[in-house]
Amino acid sequence: MSSEPPQRTRQAMRRGPGAIIGVGIIGVVFLAALVGIIHTPFDPIEINADNRLSAPSLQHWLGTDEWGRDITSRLLAGAVVSVTIGLLTSLLATASGTLIGAAAGYLGGWLDRIVIAVMDALLAFPSLIMALGIVAVFSGSQWAVVAALSFSYMPSVVRVVRASVLTIRRKDFVDASTVMGNSRGFTLGRHILPNTVGMVIVLATSLFGWALLAESALSFLGLGVPPPAPSWGGMLADSRNYFEEAPWLALAPGLTISLTLLGINLLGDALRDFFDPRNRNL
Amino acid sequence: MARYLAGRLLLTLPTLLLATALIFFMVRLVPGDPAQVLLGDIENPAALARIRASLGLDRPIWMQYVLWLGRVLQGDLGMSIVQQRPVAELLWSAFGVTASLVVPSVVLAVLLAVPAGSLAAWKHNQPADAGIMAVATLFLSIPSFWLGLLFLLVFGVKLDLFPVVGYVSPLEDLREGLRYLVLPVLSLALIETGVLVRMVRSSTLDVLSLEYVTHARAKGLSEWTVMWRHVLRNAMAPTWTLIGLTLGALLGGAVVTETVFTLPGLGRLMVEAIFARDYPVLQGCMLLVTTTYVAVNLLIELSYPLFDPGVRLEQ
Repeated sequence: MSSEPPQRTRQAMRRGPGAIIGVGIIGVVFLAALVGIIHTPFDPIEINADNRLSAPSLQHWLGTDEWGRDITSRLLAGAVVSVTIGLLTSLLATASGTLIGAAAGYLGGWLDRIVIAVMDALLAFPSLIMALGIVAVFSGSQWAVVAALSFSYMPSVVRVVRASVLTIRRKDFVDASTVMGNSRGFTLGRHILPNTVGMVIVLATSLFGWALLAESALSFLGLGVPPPAPSWGGMLADSRNYFEEAPWLALAPGLTISLTLLGINLLGDALRDFFDPRNRNL
Repeated sequence: MARYLAGRLLLTLPTLLLATALIFFMVRLVPGDPAQVLLGDIENPAALARIRASLGLDRPIWMQYVLWLGRVLQGDLGMSIVQQRPVAELLWSAFGVTASLVVPSVVLAVLLAVPAGSLAAWKHNQPADAGIMAVATLFLSIPSFWLGLLFLLVFGVKLDLFPVVGYVSPLEDLREGLRYLVLPVLSLALIETGVLVRMVRSSTLDVLSLEYVTHARAKGLSEWTVMWRHVLRNAMAPTWTLIGLTLGALLGGAVVTETVFTLPGLGRLMVEAIFARDYPVLQGCMLLVTTTYVAVNLLIELSYPLFDPGVRLEQ
């Protein structure tokens, strides 16, 4: 038992530099978000008409947009929005999904059947469409985006957690706990849920990436974080009007989103290798 | 087989019924009165009441749902509040546009991903594998709307090879229509390829590690025969599921790609309906998307026995 973790770590490391690059990128993004909270070189929102669409320079590293706002500052402030929405969504969807999935899988019976029926109906919507529908109802703030995305990802978590609880439930140590007279709640909390932790962490990492991507997609469509608050997707959407004069407007936010997602994907792969060696090929 | 089919069909009915209720009530939670939207900024309670009555908005909400569902089952999805045209008509033409974008994209993605993924698995842990995986992970990480924008910037604006804005139906003018579809199809396909390659590789690796593959090789079968006859076919089942999920999701969810390339597809229609508070159109879109998604996945599930005779039909 004691020799197992080092071996798994070695297996994960075999994947090469991916894991390290992933952790590095995510570190930079979180750092950027932190910097974005504390200080940005220029005001990310205030309009400066004299400085419209200026090309990248020493003063404005990534240039300025159609309102004369510094792109670097907007990317930093946008990192705060993206990371907050990604983390909150991932946390909310994972927590609610684990709770519902574990209860349904462990308690079974009518509760399980109702949960499965409702989740199947929710999963009949592609997640972005579900999010669009919810955002249409509660439009106008980043909390609406968090609620919409959490709700659209929650059913997937429920399904995965329920399936894994159903498998673990049949293990001998669960029977042993029951025979020892432990309550069902104790058995669930002490013996079943801890065995799903690795899988839930892997899932939560993917959810963080999906949420970040979906948030930029929603903002790109004009249905996400309302302007003038900076968001990477919104910046991309605005860049479309100045394609010929200012192509850097489309490059910076797009590259930022792509690199962040690359980091999350690499980290997710490494975590999957570590926690779930059976699926290491994915 | 017929019983299996009927059983599966019957099982999807409650799902669809619950989904329709969800669509109906969710759309009703949208703040703002569509009658007032129709009327504009004019303050006229009598006219407002008349419009509300003509839209059926004055009845109890559960009654509105039952009446709506009854009409939907007869194919009547109501009238668009903004465009004053039947919703079914709008959906039909938008669905055609989306399908002409999504179906070629998914086909192209499969044609790229299956050989690439199998090759990566076959050359496991060799440079070819690492290269293919790196490219796939890269494409997986690029948002489709950004790739689309880059394509527009390079091939549309700079090189002037393809049109930047607009849409011509390939049914009306094949040559011109295809020119409008090349960039959107390519950008969507490349990103889906990233997802699919990883799945094909993973399931091929799973199959390659099974004993019967070693057995087949030990029999002296050529590597080609082993891969083609014994590995690929069995590795396709999980990939097939993912293809179905992708196809189903994209038929309603190519929203951002449609927005980048200003294609008048289903996703675009839905976003515009959200902005205009056009309830019937929004409901119609969600209904069509959901039904398509469920139907495509059902078809995929029903086709499992073709790939894997081991799937027990009575389950």
